Amino acid sequence: MNAATTMVKPGVAATIRAEVEDFLYAEAALLDEWRLDEWFALFAPGATYEVPTAGAPDDDDSAKALFYIADDYVRLRERVARLGKREAHAEFPRSRLRRMISNVRILSEPPGELRVACNLVCYRAKNGKVDTYFGHSLYALDVSAQSWRIAAKRVMLDMDLLYPGKISILL
Amino acid sequence: MTLLERDAPVVPATTGLVMEDRERFLFRVARKAFTSDEVLESERREIFDRCWLYLGHGSEIAANGDFLARSVGGRDLVFNRDRGGAVHAFLNTCPHRGAQLVREPRGNAISFQCFYHGWAFNVNGRFASRYAEGNYGEGHYSGGCADLIGVPRLEHYRDFYFINFDRNAGSLSDYLAGAKEIIDLVADQGEAGMEIVGGGQNYFIDANWKLLAENSVDGFHGLPTHTTYFDYLTNVGGLRPDKFPYPFQQVRNLGNGHAVIEYPSPWGRPVARWTPAWGDDKREMIEAGRARLVQQFGEERGLRMAELSRNMIIFPNLVINDIMAITVRTFFPLAPDRMAVSAWALGVKDEDERLRSLRLFNFLEFLGPGGLATPDDVEALESCQRGYRNQREAGWNDISKGMPRGADAHTDDEEQMRCYWREWDRRIAERAAA
Repeated sequence: MNAATTMVKPGVAATIRAEVEDFLYAEAALLDEWRLDEWFALFAPGATYEVPTAGAPDDDDSAKALFYIADDYVRLRERVARLGKREAHAEFPRSRLRRMISNVRILSEPPGELRVACNLVCYRAKNGKVDTYFGHSLYALDVSAQSWRIAAKRVMLDMDLLYPGKISILL
Repeated sequence: MTLLERDAPVVPATTGLVMEDRERFLFRVARKAFTSDEVLESERREIFDRCWLYLGHGSEIAANGDFLARSVGGRDLVFNRDRGGAVHAFLNTCPHRGAQLVREPRGNAISFQCFYHGWAFNVNGRFASRYAEGNYGEGHYSGGCADLIGVPRLEHYRDFYFINFDRNAGSLSDYLAGAKEIIDLVADQGEAGMEIVGGGQNYFIDANWKLLAENSVDGFHGLPTHTTYFDYLTNVGGLRPDKFPYPFQQVRNLGNGHAVIEYPSPWGRPVARWTPAWGDDKREMIEAGRARLVQQFGEERGLRMAELSRNMIIFPNLVINDIMAITVRTFFPLAPDRMAVSAWALGVKDEDERLRSLRLFNFLEFLGPGGLATPDDVEALESCQRGYRNQREAGWNDISKGMPRGADAHTDDEEQMRCYWREWDRRIAERAAA
C-alpha cells in the first residue's frame, strides 16, 4: 500500500482531525526543542520507530531489507539516551532544527488503530551547513487511553539519495 | 651517466606528502593530501584509472537479464547479466551520441534501447538495430563500432566483481594478494554462498575520501568516538567477554596497500556468536551455525570465522568489515572535501529468516547513516576536514602509533593505515617521476 495514493477516508470527524494535528504538531515541537525524554514518553511500550532507505516503498520490511533505522522500543530508548550525552559527537553541540508537518491525512479510524499520514520537511543547521530531509511519515496511534501513544512511526524519505550523509537527529 | 640516471633507481620515489622515519618511529601525512585539487587529479589518473575497483556483488544481478546502474571510479556503468548468464560491465553511454542507456537504478531487461534516437542493443552489448539499406554500410553492423563499450577489464573473486580501466593491469587475483584469504573467511560463512541483502545505503560525507579508508580500519578511535555505542551494548546485555583460544595476528599487511585488523569483539555476530541481548530462543540456532563452521573448517579456522571481527581495506576504496554484521562499502571523491559512499549488508544466502532479521537489526545498531555509531564517524571525518583549513600552520597528520612494535602491531595501532599510505605514496610518486 502506498499512503501517497490512498484516498482520505471520507467523513472523518473534524474533531479527530483537529486532535491528530495537535498531536503531530506537539510531537514536532518536542523534537525541534530537543525535549527527547518527553518525546520518547509518547511511544507505547513495544512501539517501533523506523526510517527505511530513501525511496523505499511504504510497506518495506526491516526483516528483509536494509533500513537506515529500524528500532524496537528498547533501541529507541537507547537512541534517545545516547542523544542526551555529549559523547553523541554528531549532535554535540546540538544542531538547530525546525520541521514542517502538513498534508495530514487520516487513513483509518478506531475501532482499532488510528492510522495517520503526513508530509514532513525537516531542516537541520550545524557547522554553517543546512541539511534538508523531506518525506512523509506514517503513524499508528493508540488512542484507547486518555493520552494518545505512538504504536509505530515510520518516516519515509522521499529523496533519491541521503544528501545530508547521516541521520543523527530524530525525524 | 647523468645525475638523473644515477639517482633514479636508488632513491625511492616519494610525493613528499608521506614522511616515514623508521629510526625515530615517526610517520606523518601532509594534510595537503586531503585538500588539494592537484592531488585529487593525480589520484584520478594514477589510482582510479589503474587500480582494481569494486563494482558489485554477483548476487545483486542474480537472474539473467538483471542490470544495475552504478558509478565507479568516476564513470557511470551498467553492471549486468546477459541472457546466457555472462556478467558484463558497460560504460553507460550510447555509442551513437552519448545519452545514458540505462536510466533506472536497477531492473531486468532482454535488451537496452537508447531513448534519444532508438539505437538498441542486446544485453551482451551487441548492436541490435537494423536499418533499411542506405542508412549504414555493412561494416557498421559487423565491425563492432556500434556495440556497447565495455570496461577494459572485469574480473571477480568469490562473487565480488572488480573492474580496471587499465587494459594492461595485472590480474585481479595478483592485485588482491593477501586480501583473498580474508575474503574467504567472509565468503565461506554461507554454505550456499553469500548475498547482498535488500538494497544499499547511499550517502555523502563532506570529507576527503581517504579519511574513510583510514577510519574503516582504525581500532584506535573505537572507544573514544563510540563510547555511547558501548554504553548501548552494556545497557541491552549485548556485551560478551572477549577472548580467543588461539594465537592470532592483530594487524596484517595484505600487500598492495591492503590491510586487515582482526580482534575478539564484545558484540554478537549473527554468523555464530550469540549474545544474551538476542534471547535464548535464538541461541540454539546460532550455536548450531558455530558448530557447522568448526566441523567444516576445523576448530581454529572455524572459530576464527565465528569469533573474530575483522575490518579490511582493499586499496584504494573497498572496505569489507565483518563485525556485528558484514558491510561492504565503497566510496569515491567528488571533490577533495566531498565523497559519495555506497554501503551494503552482506548476508548468508538462504539464511533462516530469524537470523536474517537479526543480522539486519544488528547491522543497524552500529552501521550506516542512522546507526548508533557511524554518524559519529561521519562527524569525526568532517571535523578533520574542517581542521585542515588550518593546514598552512598545522600541516601534518601523525599516524605513528605502534611503530616500535613493528610487525606485532596491535589493532589500535596505525600500522594498517601506514600500509595504505605507503602504497598511495608509491603509486602517486612513481607516475609523477616517470
